[in-house]
Amino acid sequence: MTPLLQARDVSVSFGRTRALRGASLAIGAGEIVAISGPSGSGKSTLLHCLAGILVPDDGEIRYGETRLDELDEDSRTRLRREVFGIVFQFGGLVPELTAVENVAVSLMFGGLGRAEAAAAALDWLGRLGVDDCAPLRPGDLSGGQVQRVAMARALAHGPKVVFADEPTGALDSVAGEEVLGLLLGTARDHGTTVVLVTHDNRIAAYADREIVVRDGAVAASPVVTR
Amino acid sequence: MATPLVLLALLAEGAKHGYELKREHDERLPGAKPLPYGQVYSTLQRLERDGFVAVAGVVQEGGPERTVYELTPKGTEKLQAWLAETEPPLPYVGGALFARVIMALVAGGDARAALDRQRAAHLERMRELTRAKTASDASAAAVLASDFALLHLDADLRWMELAVRRLADLTEEMNR
Repeated sequence: MTPLLQARDVSVSFGRTRALRGASLAIGAGEIVAISGPSGSGKSTLLHCLAGILVPDDGEIRYGETRLDELDEDSRTRLRREVFGIVFQFGGLVPELTAVENVAVSLMFGGLGRAEAAAAALDWLGRLGVDDCAPLRPGDLSGGQVQRVAMARALAHGPKVVFADEPTGALDSVAGEEVLGLLLGTARDHGTTVVLVTHDNRIAAYADREIVVRDGAVAASPVVTR
Repeated sequence: MATPLVLLALLAEGAKHGYELKREHDERLPGAKPLPYGQVYSTLQRLERDGFVAVAGVVQEGGPERTVYELTPKGTEKLQAWLAETEPPLPYVGGALFARVIMALVAGGDARAALDRQRAAHLERMRELTRAKTASDASAAAVLASDFALLHLDADLRWMELAVRRLADLTEEMNR
């Protein structure tokens, strides 16, 4: 497997707290991976490093041949907009924009005109079953609808990798599994790589593989004998 | 499991022959072991002897003749009584997993590695169940059966995570 994403000996500190201490992992193209671990283990910090949101103090982050940790802020932002899609626990939508505008904005960053972007955004809202929410602002949507709009926004520009940080954390179990099923179904159809941070074992079971983070490092994969 | 009572419940919808009962049992309870034909017929005979079901007739649909059974008033009463009772909550502690994890924690050695292996085995099974329940042809009964298994495995995992966090208390208690 040629890894699409790689972390090598990544360390991150926030003040005197060491969030990551030498974390390493490799994720292949098209893989759906769950990163799990107890609260405070460093799993979200690792996701933020892989997604180019955070630059580690030490170690390397690679996307293909590109060293993310060596890119300047503008280049990382461009990479995030063009080849990554990101979903946060509470959606992270722009509250002043309608659902369709939230999705269209990410397409306009990619160079689409306003009308084209709006049409494509509406199409994506439809695929995620929330086209009737198009004219509404995030404040008027339910938690499940917000997450569906956030997923449409993360998928619309055809990203190579979708990063999702506790994407179902704010939803009840049935709604959470429904939106996750939609995200992963779409990702599998398009061969999109998904990196999913979760503390929920049942959500982790939707992934092809689990990476456990403990005390700021990736735990060794155990050999299972049955 | 309460096979005689499950058969009475399936007959509450109307008279059926043994083959239909076997098929419906396996469809409605996809997580359970398939019911052997032999057991269906022996159970029906016992239910008939005790007056809970009665022979309603014989059908022949191309193949062999099949005896059709129906619920008697006494059978309906027994079924209602069963449905009105609660299932005793299982004691659980005492299970093989519980013993193995506690012993791994107390017997020294690498308890952490033992728990990681157990977690990986549990998650592998949870992935199989998740694939089964998200398959496009999964029946509602199959989804419910998978959910039942998934939630129990999830409870095991969460208890194991807790066990690790309580390891220090356990060690202290043993050294007293």
